[in-house]
Amino acid sequence: MKLIIAIIQPHKLDSVKAALEDIDVNLMTVTNVLGQGRQKGLTEIYRGAKEAGGLLTKVRLDIAVNEDFVEPTIKAITKGAHTGDVGDGKIFVVDLAECVRISSTERGEKAIG
Amino acid sequence: MNSGDTAWVLMSTALVLLMTMPGLAFFYGGLVRRKNVLSILMQCFIILCVISLQWVLFGYSLAFGPDFHGLIGNLNWAGLNGVGALPNPNYAATIPHSVFMVFQMMFAVITPALIIGAYAERVKFPAFLLFTILWATFVYDPLAHWVWGTGGWLKNLGALDFAGGIVVHVSSGVSALVLALLLGKRVGYNHKPIRPHNLPFTVLGAALLWFGWFGFNAGSALAADGIAANAFIATNTATAAAGLTWAVIEWWHNGTPTILGAATGAVAGLVAITPACGFVNPMNALFIGIAVAFICYLAVAVIKAKLGYDDSLDAFGVHGVGGTWGTIATGIFAEKAVNAAGNNGLFFGNVHQFLVQGFLVVVAVGFAAIMTIIIFKIVDALIGMRVEEKNEIVGLDLTQQSEAAYTVIE
Repeated sequence: MKLIIAIIQPHKLDSVKAALEDIDVNLMTVTNVLGQGRQKGLTEIYRGAKEAGGLLTKVRLDIAVNEDFVEPTIKAITKGAHTGDVGDGKIFVVDLAECVRISSTERGEKAIG
Repeated sequence: MNSGDTAWVLMSTALVLLMTMPGLAFFYGGLVRRKNVLSILMQCFIILCVISLQWVLFGYSLAFGPDFHGLIGNLNWAGLNGVGALPNPNYAATIPHSVFMVFQMMFAVITPALIIGAYAERVKFPAFLLFTILWATFVYDPLAHWVWGTGGWLKNLGALDFAGGIVVHVSSGVSALVLALLLGKRVGYNHKPIRPHNLPFTVLGAALLWFGWFGFNAGSALAADGIAANAFIATNTATAAAGLTWAVIEWWHNGTPTILGAATGAVAGLVAITPACGFVNPMNALFIGIAVAFICYLAVAVIKAKLGYDDSLDAFGVHGVGGTWGTIATGIFAEKAVNAAGNNGLFFGNVHQFLVQGFLVVVAVGFAAIMTIIIFKIVDALIGMRVEEKNEIVGLDLTQQSEAAYTVIE
C-alpha cells in the first residue's frame, strides 16, 4: 500500500480528477495549501508597502492506493497536471503502514478501494 | 421649484450610487472565483470615479446638452457651464438643473459597470479603463441623447423608456454579448457556470440593488408624486414576482429552488420593469415580472449553455434580454390612465406605440453592437484587451492589482 501525495496547480484539479476517474481511482482527499517551489510568488502591495514573493496557492491530493495502482495513478496525475512550466507541482509516494475503513472495520488492501 | 421634489431626487441619486457600489460590485464579486473578487470591486469603484468626472467635464453636455440634429448634445454645458440651481423646464421644472444632472450621472456610472459581467475574470486593467471611457462617451452619451435628450430623434418618435430599459440595460446587455464573443471563453470554461466563490456576497448585492432601484425607477419621475409612487409599487411588484417565479421554475426544472435563482430572478424583474414602471399599473407589472423570469431563465440556463459563449455573469442574459422584454412590454401595457405624459400601448388600442418600442430595440441593439465592435478593435490594437493566459490562471487580483482578497494563513 502506498500513499500518493500530489501538489498541483489549482486550475488543474478538474483535469486531474477526470484522468484519475478514467483509471478507476475515485477516492481522494483534496485540500487547499500554500507553498513555494521554483516558481516565484508575486509581489503584493498594501498602501505602498511591498511584500515580495508571497506563497502561491496550490491544491494537495492525498490518495491511498494498492501496489497495482501506483504507476497508473502517477501517470494520470501527470497527464492531468502537466504543462511543462515551473509550478506544475510534485508527486510524492510514501509507504502506507495501515488502512482502516471505519464503517466496516475492514483493514489493509481491502479497505483501500 | 419644489423642495419635496428636490429632496426626493437628491435622495434617489444616492440610492442609485448604492446600486453600483456596493450593490452591483458585491452581486458580481460573489459570482467570480476568489482570485478575481478584488478585480470586480476595483472595476466598479473606478467606474464610479471615472464616469463621475467624465460626466461633469463633458458627458452630461453630450447626453443632455443643446441638441445637434437629434444626434448628440453640443458642448455648451461642458464643465457644467450654466448647469446650476435654476431648473431646466425641458427636463424637470421643479428641481434645480444641477440636481437633474447629478441624478443622471449615477445612471451613466452604472451602465458601463453592468458590462463587467460579460468580461469578468479576463481583461487587463488599462484595457478595461480605456474601453469604459470610450464606451461611455460614444455609446451611452449618444443613446441617452436620442432617447431622453431634448431634440433626440428617438424621443421625437415617441419612444417610451421611463428609467432606462433601452439606454441602460439593452445597451449594456448587447455590448456585453458582443464582448463575450470577441474576447472568447475564460480558461477552463466548459459550457457550464464556474462555481461562485461567495453566494452570500451575491445575495447581499442583489438586495442592495433592489433597494437602490427604488431611486433608479421611482426617482425617474423627477418628482415626489403619484407617478413616483406608481413606479415604486410597480418596481417592487415585478421584482417580487420575478424572484419567486425564477425559484419556482428551478424547483420544477431541477428539483430544488436556489437563492442564486431567486436573486437572479429579482434582478431580471428589476431590469424588465425599468422602462415600464412609470407607465404601467401594478397588476400588469406583476405579469411583466412573471414573464421575465421565464424569458431570462431560458436565455441563461438553456440557450447560453447550448450556444457556449461565455457571458461570465450573465450581463446579456439578464440585462440585455430582460431589458428587451421590458421595452416591448412597455409598448404592450403602457396606459395614459397611469401617466398622462406617456401613451397607450397595444392592450389599450395603440398598435403604433408597440411598433415604436420594437423599433427602439432594433436601433439600440444595432448601435450598441457596432460601436462595441469598433471600440473593442481600437482598445485591442492599442493595449490588448485580454490578460495573458498565465495571469488569467493566477488571477486578476494578484496580476493586475498586486493584492489578495483573502489570506489563507496569516
